[in-house]
Amino acid sequence: MTRMTGAQITLETLQREGVDTIFGYPGGVVLPLYDTLPQFPGIKHVLVRHEQGAAHMADGYARASGRMGVCLGTSGPGATNLVTGIATSWMDSTPVFALTGNVARTLLGKDGFQEADITGITHSITKHNYLVMNPSEIAMSIREAAHICRTGRPGPVLVDIPKDVFQESTDFDWPEQVSLRGYKPTMEGHPGMIRRAAELIDQAKRPLVISGHGIMWSDAHHELLELAEKANIPVITTFLGIGGFPESHDLSYGWLGMHGMYYANMAADAADVIIGVGMRFDDRAMGRFKDFNPTAKIIHIDIDPAEIGKNFPTAVPIVGDAKHVLRELVGRVQERKHPDWIRWIDQQREEHPSLHIRESRRMLPQYVVRTLYEETNGNATIVTGVGQHQMFAGQHYFYNRPRQLITSGGLGTMGFELPAAIGAQIACPDQETWAICGDGSFQMTLQEMAVLVDQQLPIKMAIFNNGYLGMIRQWQQLFYERNYSSSGLSQPDFCKLADAYGIRAIRVEHKSEVEPAIREARLYKGPILLDFQIDQEENVWPMVPAGAALSETIEAPAEELMR
Amino acid sequence: MSTATTSGSRRRHLNHTVVAIVEDKPGVLMRVSSLFRRRGFNIESLTVGHSEAEGLSRMTIVVDGESAPVEQVEKQLYKLIDVVKVSDLSNEDMISRELALLKVRCNNVNRHELLDIAAVFRADVVDIATNAVILQVVGDEEKIDGLIKMCEPYGIRELSRSGRMAMVRGTKTTTVHDQEPEKIARIHASQGRRVEGDLPFSSD
Repeated sequence: MTRMTGAQITLETLQREGVDTIFGYPGGVVLPLYDTLPQFPGIKHVLVRHEQGAAHMADGYARASGRMGVCLGTSGPGATNLVTGIATSWMDSTPVFALTGNVARTLLGKDGFQEADITGITHSITKHNYLVMNPSEIAMSIREAAHICRTGRPGPVLVDIPKDVFQESTDFDWPEQVSLRGYKPTMEGHPGMIRRAAELIDQAKRPLVISGHGIMWSDAHHELLELAEKANIPVITTFLGIGGFPESHDLSYGWLGMHGMYYANMAADAADVIIGVGMRFDDRAMGRFKDFNPTAKIIHIDIDPAEIGKNFPTAVPIVGDAKHVLRELVGRVQERKHPDWIRWIDQQREEHPSLHIRESRRMLPQYVVRTLYEETNGNATIVTGVGQHQMFAGQHYFYNRPRQLITSGGLGTMGFELPAAIGAQIACPDQETWAICGDGSFQMTLQEMAVLVDQQLPIKMAIFNNGYLGMIRQWQQLFYERNYSSSGLSQPDFCKLADAYGIRAIRVEHKSEVEPAIREARLYKGPILLDFQIDQEENVWPMVPAGAALSETIEAPAEELMR
Repeated sequence: MSTATTSGSRRRHLNHTVVAIVEDKPGVLMRVSSLFRRRGFNIESLTVGHSEAEGLSRMTIVVDGESAPVEQVEKQLYKLIDVVKVSDLSNEDMISRELALLKVRCNNVNRHELLDIAAVFRADVVDIATNAVILQVVGDEEKIDGLIKMCEPYGIRELSRSGRMAMVRGTKTTTVHDQEPEKIARIHASQGRRVEGDLPFSSD
């Protein structure tokens, strides 16, 4: 047993929990921690430029690697700046560990300088949080928090430690085991339910798998592939589930939802048995709930019991880890063929090829994404912001491995792309990483370009610059009679901006320059920014208008195809 | 978090009685109440106190059944780390009780009358003064509603109701049996994700 300060215990515990990187920003109350940091060379600190960036970086790190991402902020504004990032991680169930300092214990609750009740603030956006009032509780709190963070349905946790707790010394006692009476995620699915699910799948005439983000977190993509191939079931994914099933596979039919593929939406509407795995039947994916395929029998596999039956009645509920349940299912289902059903979806795809890119002299955003796909041989990790560019990146790049697309789905956080790409690149240094940025989205967190330079990260930033908040403009065009209220943006010169940070930049003004620019960027060893001056008023199609049913999916109107 | 004093028995019928065994830690009441607010579940009453096990509190929550399917309430409660066990007692053969203290106005003339009423309800007189008495009554909500109604003509100066507490009849219990630490360690070892180390797809 050794005598250590709270700050030393904090870092020692994090290190023993396998943490190698912390994304953080110093401040008054975390100074004891920063003072101690050099004693732990195994932990790399990445100095961000805004705490929101730290939380997104930790998130990107987690999504790219499957490991827990850690972010750190000081009390008050440092902690509240993390909130958007924590909420992003909460909505998408990613393992982000937020560490915050707080004012000294004697000042807690007294509205001292830079005090914020961050545990109170984050109650509803964390799986659990801790306010550690004693140095002897630090190790156990961090261990418990880390355990909660990355097991079961992953999700963010927050540990808040007052300044004087960091400073106080105590005997360090490594807690050998975590014991939480109130937390026991169910891993193994109920055998009776799995048997019923297998029977239902065997009897199905039009079975369909809808796979979600959970496939990545339970590392279940092999099992999913086996199930689909053995029982010959077409697979569509949710937006966050992209990459969980290889999109080049014969049984892959893209993804469903508001901007999903027409044939994916139709398949979801026509299936007689739907196997939803690691997904939560979200409104953006399912359209108007009451008119979603009323006859389908739903088998819902999820590790979170509260998701089952939340939005739709479920024929067979299976609470458990996707990998385990799918493995059991693969063993139980019979080999089948569904030629008629598959032919029907194929025919939908032929008649409504949602991903066809029309010939145009304009620089269409779809064309830029597709060129990027071809130039990178489909191997790059793509990180997006939120808006039209996000949908184009999801549609026109094709993803064949899990964790290849990193995007804020649930919360829809603009400004996610750059910091998340930084986290992803740090987690996987050898992976070619592209941040697909909206011109609006990028401006929310562009200060993190400084981190690219600090860390010498070879991230390629592709700005889809149309001078608009594109998705907002699209909605205003379609539903608000082209009243483009506050959706046009004045832009800085992104190339000069990059230059000011010491980052190389290329402006791409014509369609013919797209391919050479991407090639040039790939050959360049450092960070680089490409400012694609894309067509200004291109819309994302197909579309299920908010509040419509999946069966009401609208495709691009003829006049737009003439543009 | 008040108990409706005027709601009739038909309304009560839609209510669910949920018992949650929770860790006796700071903030747990806020976590539970905040969850109900966030999910839009209406609380009719909520009582908390120590349970038979050290370190665990027992909450009895009466939820408006129209505002939330009780299954969702249970599942959402279980998601809180500090919630160890949840039982829906609504369909059980249960005893439910509430305690109320009523300070009722009275004087030398009508005090006897009031005490007679109290006797009918088996309410105890726990304090008496020249112009008021405090009655303590235990029972189900209907009984307490009944006493309140009878006291109203005298003038109720203060009323404090505890909210419902409930317990299943017979030998069945809503308790937490401590698992031996070894077993918990094994569960955690086997359920922890294989997240550390090399990525399964880094070569892709």
